[in-house]
Amino acid sequence: MSDIRAELRYATSHEWVRLEDDGTAYVGISDHAQDAMGDLVYVELPEVGQALEVTDEAGVVESVKAASDIYAPVSGEIVAINEALEDTPELVNQDPYGDGWLFRIRLNDKAELEQLLSADDYRTQLDSED
Amino acid sequence: MSTQADNTLIFELSRPGRRAAAQAPRALPAERLSAIPAALRRKQRPALPEVSELQVVRHYTNLSTRNFAIDKQFYPLGSCTMKYNPRGANRAAMLPGFLGRHPLAPESHSQGYLACMFELQEFLKEVTGMQGVSLTPMAGAQGEFAGVAMIRAYHEARNDDARTEILIPEAAHGTNPATAVMCGYKVREVPVNKDGDVDLAALKAACGPQTAGLMMTNPSTCGVFERQIDGIAKAVHEAGGLLYYDGANLNAILGKVRPGDMGFDVIHMNLHKTFATPHGGGGPGAGPVGVSERLKPFLPTPIVGRDDDGRYRWLDQNDLPQSIGHLSAFMGNAGVLLRAYFYARVLGREGMIRVGEYSTLAANYLLKRLEAIGCTPAYPERRASHEFILTFAKEAKTLGVSAMDIAKRLLDYNQHAPTTYFPLLVPECFLIEPTETETKEALDEFVAAMESILAEARDNPELLKGAPYSQPVRRLDDVKAARELDLVWSKL
Amino acid sequence: MPFIPHTSDDVQAMLAAIGADSIEDLFDEIPAHLKAGALAGLPEGLSEMEVTALMASRARQDAGVLCFLGAGAYEHHIPAAVWEIATRGEYYTAYTPYQAEASQGTLQTIYEFQTLMARLTGMDASNASVYDGASGLAEAVLMALRANRKSKSGRVLMPEAVNPRYRQTVTAICENQNVELVSVPFDAAAGTTAVTALSGYAGEDFAALVIAQPNFFGGLEDVDALTDWAHAQGMLVIALVNPTALALLTPPGEWGEKGADIVVGEAQPLGIPLSSGGPYCGFMCCKQQHIRQMPGRIIGRTVDLEGKPGFTLTLQAREQHIRRSKATSNICTNQGLAMTAATIYLSLLGPEGLEAVAAHSHANTQTLVARLGAIDGVSVAFTDATFHEAVLRLPKPASEVLPQLAERGIIGGYDLGLDFPSLADCVLVCATETRTADDIDLYATVLAEVLA
Repeated sequence: MSDIRAELRYATSHEWVRLEDDGTAYVGISDHAQDAMGDLVYVELPEVGQALEVTDEAGVVESVKAASDIYAPVSGEIVAINEALEDTPELVNQDPYGDGWLFRIRLNDKAELEQLLSADDYRTQLDSED
Repeated sequence: MSTQADNTLIFELSRPGRRAAAQAPRALPAERLSAIPAALRRKQRPALPEVSELQVVRHYTNLSTRNFAIDKQFYPLGSCTMKYNPRGANRAAMLPGFLGRHPLAPESHSQGYLACMFELQEFLKEVTGMQGVSLTPMAGAQGEFAGVAMIRAYHEARNDDARTEILIPEAAHGTNPATAVMCGYKVREVPVNKDGDVDLAALKAACGPQTAGLMMTNPSTCGVFERQIDGIAKAVHEAGGLLYYDGANLNAILGKVRPGDMGFDVIHMNLHKTFATPHGGGGPGAGPVGVSERLKPFLPTPIVGRDDDGRYRWLDQNDLPQSIGHLSAFMGNAGVLLRAYFYARVLGREGMIRVGEYSTLAANYLLKRLEAIGCTPAYPERRASHEFILTFAKEAKTLGVSAMDIAKRLLDYNQHAPTTYFPLLVPECFLIEPTETETKEALDEFVAAMESILAEARDNPELLKGAPYSQPVRRLDDVKAARELDLVWSKL
Repeated sequence: MPFIPHTSDDVQAMLAAIGADSIEDLFDEIPAHLKAGALAGLPEGLSEMEVTALMASRARQDAGVLCFLGAGAYEHHIPAAVWEIATRGEYYTAYTPYQAEASQGTLQTIYEFQTLMARLTGMDASNASVYDGASGLAEAVLMALRANRKSKSGRVLMPEAVNPRYRQTVTAICENQNVELVSVPFDAAAGTTAVTALSGYAGEDFAALVIAQPNFFGGLEDVDALTDWAHAQGMLVIALVNPTALALLTPPGEWGEKGADIVVGEAQPLGIPLSSGGPYCGFMCCKQQHIRQMPGRIIGRTVDLEGKPGFTLTLQAREQHIRRSKATSNICTNQGLAMTAATIYLSLLGPEGLEAVAAHSHANTQTLVARLGAIDGVSVAFTDATFHEAVLRLPKPASEVLPQLAERGIIGGYDLGLDFPSLADCVLVCATETRTADDIDLYATVLAEVLA
């Protein structure tokens, strides 16, 4: 059973979003997604300052045998990326909701969060995929 | 059985001042190089190995023995057609007159070579039912590129610019979508139904004025013949698109069904599969393209033509002004084409037909035998083509043994593993292609190995997870290889 | 049945196991109207002896000429060991090393090839080879467009002194991806690409500059100045080099202040026969920072379960079988056998041997140019130094002279009028270490006769 955090919002493409007090949000991939990928060997991240629309390609996570695009779950401007992933992509496997975050984005519109899945909805999606 | 105790690199054998002296001319006095400006000269010699001739011969001979190869083992890699590579083809292609011919030698001194290439073009036209052939693409993927580029050139020549999409069945080889993108197209995937055929209703719905063409193999990557090919061709053609045939599986139908008769407008052939040229540890291949009448003006150059007086000559941009152009510096992998020519001449008409027949016989026999020992076919209701798919999803779930574990264990039985995890839509799968050149005994040995491994999987699954045990190395850490890149030897 | 081992008993037993009456039954899913006819256009099969005799007579037809033609394919001595080993069945009949444990021979050979090419070019990394030098240059152009993230124009500077066949190939492969190749003229006196010819492009957006060393005319470019200019303009540098020449010339990794970013070339001179143009072997190297933009197969060194070193395919997520429509290229194969030959060749030659081959090729061409240039009406076309090819201006069109030489058994060089209208009376000549003093004498004698 994969770990789904109640306080987060999720995209159907398995990214999670955590809103901070300053109007920015952290984005990562879910525990389910990291587990499905297997050991990550490389993470390609967007550039700081880049403006993204919802579902724009924001990066790529690679394992030995697969590569998967990361899509922006919300629109906004990239304000930070997790530079530690350059040398230690395994952080995404070890701590997908913490040290394994991918990037931080300044939201254009907080209302977009409502379009994303709640933890319960995401659980339902995962159950139906099995 | 490791045949070399260690994996010493050629660089580790190097000693300053040692040379294989007979191999190179004597050093020249420095003044003979005075015309080269000093500023353009390298400061230090490159750190190439300094070793003796015997050391080189022994090193690479020993290295070669650390490979599985068709000459040593049964090699049933699906979609790769690992049939016997005739030694006679190698000898013929290595004749001094062929090896010494400069690619830009005048036609007056190229008639022998050109005659072989002209005839090969004609043979390939006949056996595929196409109207024109260019031999230049250097591998299947380049043949695919040529094919889709011709489709694009055709639409552009008609000022039909609205066609932006290539349709591809979801089970296709990865080269298909990669090629479509290289030709500036968007890719639209078409689903495959539970019997391995294309979902025709979905295909029809996907066709439209934006459709440039469809890329597919037949028999498909699911190892079965696409029975609705007429309907597929009609749907794509009616939408104004063209049909591209990926020749990866041509061995299955060689001499039995011709892609041109199925309605395909353009095809590529993998001569390193169907025409028995060697795979060489990953290449070189050769991927000639064949086309229907309407695509002939766009064929990649050069092509060999024959004048009325029987002289052969190159047809180039002047003869084919609408050609998609040159795909290599010269005219492709000539040495591979000569090997294919040898093979085609030895087989001749009857031999060509037997390829499709006996590769299909071998695959259906192997499928039935494996089914009988408890393997699960992915498409149990279907005939195998020249290959077929087994799925080990059940074993993965109940025994915790993956298709990869079984593949690795096969190596310990001195059997090369089939293709694993392709096509992606069948979980835990093997794609198995025995080819027409293996004896019944060889097929039976593979069945016996699989029977034994399935028993091991039930009794001692851990044994499989640790396999192989008999190879020069145990299972390798791919994750470390990708995370801590070591691509060149950095020590001197 | 050639290459098919089944006896009639085998066939019966196999059909019985399948439950089919005949082989034809196995094709019962194929609509009947699609079945092929008798393939009347194909000849009867022949024995190995017959086909060998036929091909031997054809091969003899093309043999026996004295060749002074380079233009992208060079006749060098190939040590006997190179192909005796490369065509061992274990190399010759193995597949792509997807089962790494059963392919350590091929994998280690590729790792050694990667190391050799990186050392020769002075670069950080190499791939396992691409089809040939021309298609390799096309891949390098596409790679530079991906790697130079600041450039948005899709434009690359392509000097006219780059092999015209390579330029045509790059156009054919790249043109459907909105790539624009902008020509840079060569200096008509020097036969090289002057930095001043580039100054008109300063400040414009180009992803890369291609620098050929030596260039198509054999001329030696001022690679340091060209490299520094391109880098100052925010362009990447794609070096197109001859591997034999690199035994003597500055490796691209040391060009200018920062070195070239991507290096490509044709490995044919490294033990691969002329063989009508293929199979050859394109090599491709780059700086470490661009490695994920490199197309093609790449081998890495790692360890096995027991900690023992071994070799495996790596960075596969760039490739078409995983990344599909987003792959760096559709390339699937490398030139395995030719690459194996190049690896054995470089190991046999070593640094001194390769240098000697390069030096003799340069010196022989110097001698050839001096001898031919002394003939009445023949002159050296360009002033800049050359490596092992050079351009001679003739008193008549090359298209008239070359066929007359060929009638006398001499392939006298490349007719530059085919690609450069201003050079219709010019011929590109080459004399590697395989041309003797007698060969050169003969060419001079025959050319003098033809021009007399």
